[in-house]
Amino acid sequence: MIVTLRLSTMSPPTSPILSVQPTRGLVDEKLKVVVESLPPGSPVTLHSLHHSEDEDYWEAFGHYVSDFRGMVSVSEDLSFGGTYTGKEDMGLLWSMRPVPGSRKGLRLRKMNVCSPMLHNISVYSGHVSEGFREQTPLTSVLVERWYMAPGVKRIDIMEKGVRGTLFIPPGPGPFPGLLDMWGGGGGLIEYRSALLASHGYVSLAMDYFNSQELESADLEFKYFETAFNIIKEHPQVIPDRVGMFGLSLGSLVTMHVAAESTIVKPRCCICVSGSHFYPRDRTIKEVIMEPRSNSHRLRIDENNHHVWRDMWIHLLDDPSKKVDVGKINCPILLVNGKDDQNVPADECAEDIALLMNAAGNGHLLSRVLYPDTGHLIEPPYSPHFRASNFKAAGVATKTVMLLWGGQTKPHSDAQEDAWRKILSFLQHNLYSSTPPRAKL
Amino acid sequence: MDRKRCTLKLLVQPSRGLVDEMFIILVQKAPSGFQLTVHALHKCEDGHSWEAFGHYTADTIGTVNVSEDPSLGGTYSGVEQMGLLWSLRPVPGSKPGLRLRKMNVQIPMEVTISVYQGHQTEGFMDQVPLASVVVERWYMAPGVSRIPITEDGLTATLFLPPGPGPFPGLLDLWGGGGQLVEYRASLLASHGIASLALDYLTAKIIMETGKMVDLQYFEKAYKILEQHPQVHGSSIGMLGLSLGTSITLKMAVYSEVMKLRCAVCISGCHMQPVDGSVEEILKYFNQNADRTRISEENELIWRDVLLPVPSDLAFKVDMGRLKCPLLVVVGEDDQNWPASESAMDMEEMMEQAGNSHLLTVLSYPKAGHLIEPPYTPHARASLFKSLATREKMIVLWGGETAAHSRAQEDAWRKLLVFLKENLYSGSNPGTTSLSHL
Repeated sequence: MIVTLRLSTMSPPTSPILSVQPTRGLVDEKLKVVVESLPPGSPVTLHSLHHSEDEDYWEAFGHYVSDFRGMVSVSEDLSFGGTYTGKEDMGLLWSMRPVPGSRKGLRLRKMNVCSPMLHNISVYSGHVSEGFREQTPLTSVLVERWYMAPGVKRIDIMEKGVRGTLFIPPGPGPFPGLLDMWGGGGGLIEYRSALLASHGYVSLAMDYFNSQELESADLEFKYFETAFNIIKEHPQVIPDRVGMFGLSLGSLVTMHVAAESTIVKPRCCICVSGSHFYPRDRTIKEVIMEPRSNSHRLRIDENNHHVWRDMWIHLLDDPSKKVDVGKINCPILLVNGKDDQNVPADECAEDIALLMNAAGNGHLLSRVLYPDTGHLIEPPYSPHFRASNFKAAGVATKTVMLLWGGQTKPHSDAQEDAWRKILSFLQHNLYSSTPPRAKL
Repeated sequence: MDRKRCTLKLLVQPSRGLVDEMFIILVQKAPSGFQLTVHALHKCEDGHSWEAFGHYTADTIGTVNVSEDPSLGGTYSGVEQMGLLWSLRPVPGSKPGLRLRKMNVQIPMEVTISVYQGHQTEGFMDQVPLASVVVERWYMAPGVSRIPITEDGLTATLFLPPGPGPFPGLLDLWGGGGQLVEYRASLLASHGIASLALDYLTAKIIMETGKMVDLQYFEKAYKILEQHPQVHGSSIGMLGLSLGTSITLKMAVYSEVMKLRCAVCISGCHMQPVDGSVEEILKYFNQNADRTRISEENELIWRDVLLPVPSDLAFKVDMGRLKCPLLVVVGEDDQNWPASESAMDMEEMMEQAGNSHLLTVLSYPKAGHLIEPPYTPHARASLFKSLATREKMIVLWGGETAAHSRAQEDAWRKLLVFLKENLYSGSNPGTTSLSHL
């Protein structure tokens, strides 16, 4: 009789194999998530977990069923449930939300761009919807998402009263430049500039709330012109290829400078979720405070969120309260969400178009308006939040829960599409050697 | 070309990748038919600069795609997607005998890829390129943990993949140069295998006692893996290169403690005193030191020192007793060890014993001794510090660069498949067929 001895008493691991590509990528790059070696037809949950700089946990998950080969491919297969459904190759990122029990009103923003965002992507057995931390996944990988490509240089700027951070792409240059401005929350927000530099633009992220001496509108205006010139005069920047990029209040500043400056000539402008309510002789503080004089128009919805959009609408009828957009003489791209609850972006865009057509420079205007999309149109795949905590910078107000608007899936689609259009607009106007045209 | 209006775009994807991942290099918006040089520059940890370059001509729409277009000259020619890495060589004026090895695996290799006007062959550092980007090449995937191991007198580093595990395990041994070389183990952990890089020639305990380690040293390393909560104790393999193969074969065949699931031997041989540990093996190698030859370029050729393959069974591992699958990787131009001759003899022994179904031999024409992870530069000869004489001399490893680089790429791919099939699958060991490779 022959006795066959097995070399081992335990069978070797047969855990599924999860592969995520790239494991180190830029935040606007797509991920390919594939699970193999599952039993065929088995239900699994794909889960993504992020621990933010503020120490909160964000998660997203999708419910899948492996095919006859025991495989799940997130870009090809349907999610049947979770924080996103359907065929969504990036759902594990854009549908992230704070885990149950988190503080309220959170917003996910990367402040240190020199380190990546880390995401734990895991596979759980079955269709799980909660209690992920108490279970052991079948397998997991760690993915890095970077705002900064290798070789991008980050330089603190404290020059001529301008405070900001300059990001320079790798290589000899010279490169086109961008002045990058955020909104009324203030602070020095670097991530979009870092990403733009990763796409070949010297980009200055500007903090325009901190200077105490900006008491007059004139001084303030000069501050923006100075910042623009810092970029323009940089040895690695092509002086006649400097544009402006703003979101919300930054968008307003962009339009204002483009229209009124005799010194600064942006090659093109991108205005995201902005209005055009910025009279020539007012300071930013006055502009921010303007709608508060109409506090009866402030709405507070059933969730106690502050809705600001109606506080501005009356300004549409008063030309003295608006930027003279007829004086803009460079291509300008407006990116807005139809469900913007913070600023009446839709109505403003319409009015801007009317004014520019009347003035004869309407051919410079391009507009995109996204349905069910809110105010915070950010670089793609970053999570959407319909409302979050907000404290206006530089003015004595308390923190409130502001309603931004938008429904997660359409808003995320809008972010992805808008970014593509923005990069294309910039490429055309700042890189191409043909004369700039407004149409995309 | 007017530099101010230069709109040439250079893109390398991925900009951060693992060392064994391919990248795509795309030059766009150059003038149609434009002649250009794509150049790679790397400054290694020792401070030396390495470069590679290829000559290209842009097509009618001004594009060059390195993965599809032929290089017309430079440090590599033809269609070579990864030529800019594997053909890296020390810049002119560097000291001779250099070898590129990453010692700190926690930070990436940085390579600057640039585009220069025209078909250039020198003086790159004195010119301004048209465009350049920086690319990171990592030996460690995100989430891989690096754990120094010092217990039981070991000098080792354990690399654990991310995730809960349990993972298959692997003992990773380098050759006669000693030191604790981590990069292959960290790369294997990036592929899901808990890997232990082990220093067995210059370990702390050797430096302190002045004595070579015995075979228990390796068994202790095995036990560390076997008992680790995140390692699957019955799925442990062993990988050796050069002198590391001598240990690997000895343990695979004779150890009562180590139950290896599979073994990989790169550029090694089975000739050694069957009884005896590291010290006896080294003495055996030295006894025929007079068979060392010197090449025309004054490089030492050691392969004859171990030849001919003995018929005396006291001096070669009894391959007939091997019970686990074995992958043998051989460079046919190996000038340092007689790996080909050894592989042939091992095959013969196993055929006679009836266990040759366990053996797979990968033999690469014009490949040399140092068969490393892919896309790392080939060193045909380099400075080597012999442990016996403590002298540094230039040793001939062999291999012709393009063929050697192709061998590295193919061997690595097959090595990963071999390890995964033998360490992961549910089938009985020894039945895994590699005929599809």
